[in-house]
Order: sequence, then C-alpha cells, then structure tokens
Amino acid sequence: MTDELPKTHAATGAADREAAPGQPLLRIEGVAKTFGTFRAVDGVSLDIRAGEFFALLGPSGCGKTTLLRMLAGFEAPDEGRILLGDKDIAQALPHERPINMMFQNYALFPHLSVRDNIAFGLKRAGMARADIATRVAEMVALVKLEGLEKRKPDQLSGGQRQRVALARALARRPQLLLLDEPLAALDKKLRESTQGELMELQRRLGTTFIIVTHDQEEAMTMASRIGVMNAGKLAQVASPRELYEAPRSRWIAEFVGDVNVFDGETKLRDGHRLVIGTRDAGPLVVAEPREPVGAGKLAVAIRPEKVKLSRRGPVSEAGYETAINRLDGVIADVCYLGGSTTYKVKLETGGTVQASVANSARLDVDAYSVDQQIVAWFSPDDCVVLQS
Amino acid sequence: MSARRIFARPARFAAIAPYVWMVLFFLVPFAFVLKISLSQTAIAQPPYDPVFDVTAGWDALKAALAALSFDNFRLLASDDIYVFAYVRSLTVAVTATALLLLIGYPIAYGMARLPKSWQAVVMVLVIVPFWTSFLIRIYAWINILQHDGLLNQILLALHLVSQPVVWLSTDSAMYIGIVYSYLPFMILPLYATLAKMEPALEEAAADLGAPPWQVFWLVTFPLSLPGVGAGVLLCFIPIVGEFVIPDLLAGSNSLMIGQTLWLEFFTNKDWPVASAAAIVLLVVLLVPLLLYERLQRRQLELGR
Repeated sequence: MTDELPKTHAATGAADREAAPGQPLLRIEGVAKTFGTFRAVDGVSLDIRAGEFFALLGPSGCGKTTLLRMLAGFEAPDEGRILLGDKDIAQALPHERPINMMFQNYALFPHLSVRDNIAFGLKRAGMARADIATRVAEMVALVKLEGLEKRKPDQLSGGQRQRVALARALARRPQLLLLDEPLAALDKKLRESTQGELMELQRRLGTTFIIVTHDQEEAMTMASRIGVMNAGKLAQVASPRELYEAPRSRWIAEFVGDVNVFDGETKLRDGHRLVIGTRDAGPLVVAEPREPVGAGKLAVAIRPEKVKLSRRGPVSEAGYETAINRLDGVIADVCYLGGSTTYKVKLETGGTVQASVANSARLDVDAYSVDQQIVAWFSPDDCVVLQS
Repeated sequence: MSARRIFARPARFAAIAPYVWMVLFFLVPFAFVLKISLSQTAIAQPPYDPVFDVTAGWDALKAALAALSFDNFRLLASDDIYVFAYVRSLTVAVTATALLLLIGYPIAYGMARLPKSWQAVVMVLVIVPFWTSFLIRIYAWINILQHDGLLNQILLALHLVSQPVVWLSTDSAMYIGIVYSYLPFMILPLYATLAKMEPALEEAAADLGAPPWQVFWLVTFPLSLPGVGAGVLLCFIPIVGEFVIPDLLAGSNSLMIGQTLWLEFFTNKDWPVASAAAIVLLVVLLVPLLLYERLQRRQLELGR
C-alpha cells in the first residue's frame, strides 16, 4: 500500500537527516531472520513514514519482537535491508543507530538515579555537561517527574518507572523510537491514561514511534497505522478502521475483534450483490467485494455489533435494503458486559451467531432472555467476504 | 506488630538456631583462645599458666585473673617475624585475590552468557575438582611442578625453555596452587550475580550509545559488584590464614601467618603466643568483613 512512494526521495548523504513528514523514514526490504530452524521473521517489507505512530500487532511468537529487535540492532537480519534515510543499517551495531528503544520491563539501570538514567545516553553522545543538565530537566518536565530526579528506579512506582524509561529513550531525540509492549506492566486504568499521554507526546514531538503490542485495543487506540503479523509475515498493513472493517483474511478478521464467520460457496451473482450459500446460516446476501473473489470456497464475516436482534424480524428503517439477511433462532446465551450485552443465538439452520447490542437504556425493557425466539438480521453491506 | 505472632514455634526455633551455633562453636572457643592468649607459656599440662580452676575457690580465681597479661600481644608487635608474617599473608592474599578476580571474572561472564543448557554442564565442570581431596590435588601440583614434572616436560618439548625451570618452593608455585584451589569460590558468586542480571540492561546501554567496553564498565561491572564482593571475601579471608598450600608449594624463607602459628603451636609449644597471633589475625580479617557487611546493608536498604 506504500508502493506509490517516490523512488528518489531527498537523500543526498547524511543518513541522520530528518526525513520530511510523510516521507518514508525507514524502509524495511525483504527482511528475514531464522533461529535454528525457526523462521521468526519471514520476508517482511514495510515502509515507516516520518512522524507516524505505527503499531506492530500480533500474537506471541509472530515475529513482531524479533523485527523490532532487528530495527534496534540487537539481532542482525539474515536477509534483506533496513534503510534509514538512504543508509542500510541492517548490520550496524545498536550504539551506532539514531534509534532508541523503550524496553518491555523498562530495563532501567538499578544503580543509577532517575537523572543519571536519563543522562546516560546524552553522556555517551559526548554532550557538554551544562547541555546535559538542561536536556535532563527538559525530559523530566516532559514526563512529569519533577522532584524524583535523585530517586533510584526501585524507589519508584510502576507508572513512574515507565516514565523514566520513556524520558531516557527520548532524551537523545532519536529519529525513531521503538516501544516494546510499553504498557504491558501497567494496570488497566493506568494503561488507558498512559495511552493518551503517549499519543499526546508523540504528536507534540513529531518523533516516529513504532510500538510492538499483542493488545489489539491498544494498537487500535494509539496507532495511525497497524501492521498485523502472523507466523513471521506481515498479514496486513492498514489503518485501524480498515483493519477492523475490511480485514484481508479470515485470520485477521478473527484476530482483530470478535467476528461471526460462515463458510460457504458463491451461489448467485446479481450485479453488485452476491449470494453465498453457507452451511450454518443458509444463503446470505453480501455486497460484491472490491477485489473480485473466485468461485471456490468463501467465508462471510460479520461483526457482532452489526448483527441486530428483534422479536418480529427486521425493523423497518427508511431506505434499508430489501435484500436483508434474516436468520431465525433462539437465544442460547446472554453475556451482560455493562456497556453492551452479547447474545449467542442458536439458528434454525444449525449454526450460531453472536450479536452485540448496546445497552442504550438503563432499564432492561429491550433485553432478551435465554430460550426466547428471536430474529437476527444484518445488512449485506456489513458483511465482509473472505477467501477461506 | 510483634514478630512472635507471625512465626510458628518451629520457625521460631529455626530463627534461634544460628545464634546457638554462633555461641557454641564461635564465641565459646573464642573465649578459650582469648584467655590462652593472655596467659604465659609453661612447661606443664596444659602448657600455659594460669589455669582457671573453678573448684579452687574465689581467691584462687582472682589470683589467676591478675596473672593474665597482654605480654604476648606486645611480643607480636615488637618481633619482626610476626609483623613480616602478617604483611606477607596480606600481600599474598591481595595478590592471589586480584589474580583470582582477573581469571575468574571472564570465566564467570562466559558461563553466564552460555545457552542455558550448557550452563549446567560448565557449572559441574567447575565443581568437579571438589570431589577429589584438596590435599591430593595439591600433591598432584607438586608432581606437575617438580624438576622432571609435566610442566617442565611440556616447556622443554615446546622448546620454550632449554633446561628445566625451578617451580617448586617458589612463590609462583604457591600462587598457582592458591589460584587453582580457590577459583571455584571466585567463579560461583560472580556467576550467580551475572546470570541473574537482566540481559535487557546491557541492551539498553548499547541502545543508548554505549560501545561494548562502556556497556561493561558502566552497567555490567557495577551491577556485578555484590558478586565481586562475595567472591573476593570468600577467597581473601581463607587465603590470609592459608597454611597447607604455602607449606607444600612455597619456599621456607618467608612464612605466612598460618605457618607461623603452626610453628608456635606445634614446634615451640607456645600456645599463648599462637593464640595471640590467631586473635590478631581475626581482628585484621574483621576489617574487610565489616566493610562488606556495611556494603550489603546499603544494598538491602536500596531494596535489592
């Protein structure tokens, strides 16, 4: 999706040069890494634009951390190039790269104070003493750690440690900041507020962030683009919305959020509509996908919040399609989640479908109970057709 | 708030056990030695005077107490033999400990960086020599180091020397013996601290622009200091009092305090002077011990 990037971007020497916003800062070309017989990263190509907040998302063992470690220089790729500006840094040592990393468990130096932790990278860069003091003060203010400069890491709370790690990684003003599961060690409430702070910080500094996470909600919240990895390969690179609403494969659809998937085959093609015969839910009408699908095995995916429920069938709405998908069944399971309720509907055709209904009223007049006869329905436009 | 309610009875007993041990096997014998060091040598059984006799009554006990003196300590301070022996003991211990650290650190570091499955194997290799008696191993060194021993044969065969080198009864032989014998005591605590160090710390240092030697000096080494302290103490203290290795491998022209003590005790039958020498040695060794103790307490206060 980033193939339209100009081939000769302004790069006439110094690799340290800041690329213009929107230009690729980092270009990963066919990078692969094998540990023994395990191919951890299997030919990944990806462009990271300057100033973007990019998330590498995937289940554990998918190769996202290995890819990040290759960007930091802790692993050398067996194949491929990593271009920063126009310089291939694939084999450069960690201390030679204008890239910094925030480690998963922060890796703060336990024998150094907050101040010395933050100043560590500046001293290595040979900065003047007075400049170091100024920069440290600046970073301390940036992450709101005033008054804690003399503390050792083990005299800090988890949230404070996380801030020190962030300040230390940002102190050298890296072109690229790598964040390895930066919020995994924080509790839920703190994690949510920290997500907001990280995004705010990234916007303010304009530094390019690459975050590695297994938490899809975290990736969706923070990143402007997400690269989903599976088994060492990039499965899809897209905006959070595109990833959720137009997943490219069944695996992605199931990995990102909840989804109902019905396997089937094309039965009928009628202009911009497609009828797919499914085993579990009978024939389903779907919109013709943008990329034409073959005639073979297909799957229809529908997100639970796009499945509506009612006692008597599709509620008449102005302008809704007549070719609606209507499934009869009984409520098999009710799961109340506060903001919404998830119903599991056992269909007459044999399958089950999940519907997530927002609890928009405080009283339970709209709630359904187990064993109740119900009609589940959804629009063809809300279905995604996937190659199975 | 009271600890009593927290600990069950067996736990309370376990907490007392070390103190009982200390009193029975350290403080009581120490009191004996201290008392003997304040006595005078005598041709008698036991070979010192006065002897406390609780059955002899209060006056006799008071007379015996009055007879105690610090003469032996004055002798130790005034006679060069003892001063030299202490100085030599400390010199040997400092040199040997430095050598041990120089040799042991890279080995421990290498071990800690091995794949996990190999670490156990190497650990066994470090410990295996303990399965043979210490004395036999030192005798083996005599064999290796003697005039027509293995070392000289190898050196001659490699044409590194034209005639056999005198190894036995030299300081070199003694240092070889000490370093060989104490190496595991240096390696094991170092290995323990290095192995549990989070690898991400070194990576973070490199990531922040430190080349490998700075990573070592600014992060790895400072964080391994508790291990260095433990290893140094575990080697330094017994080496100061070492008797067997210098006696078997070093020359006889300068003695360590352990050898001097042995001479006083067994050859001269001067128990009081030997006891005084032992007490002084203990005091000398208390200095590094207390320093280490303070260091450890500071570490604990830091919460590590």
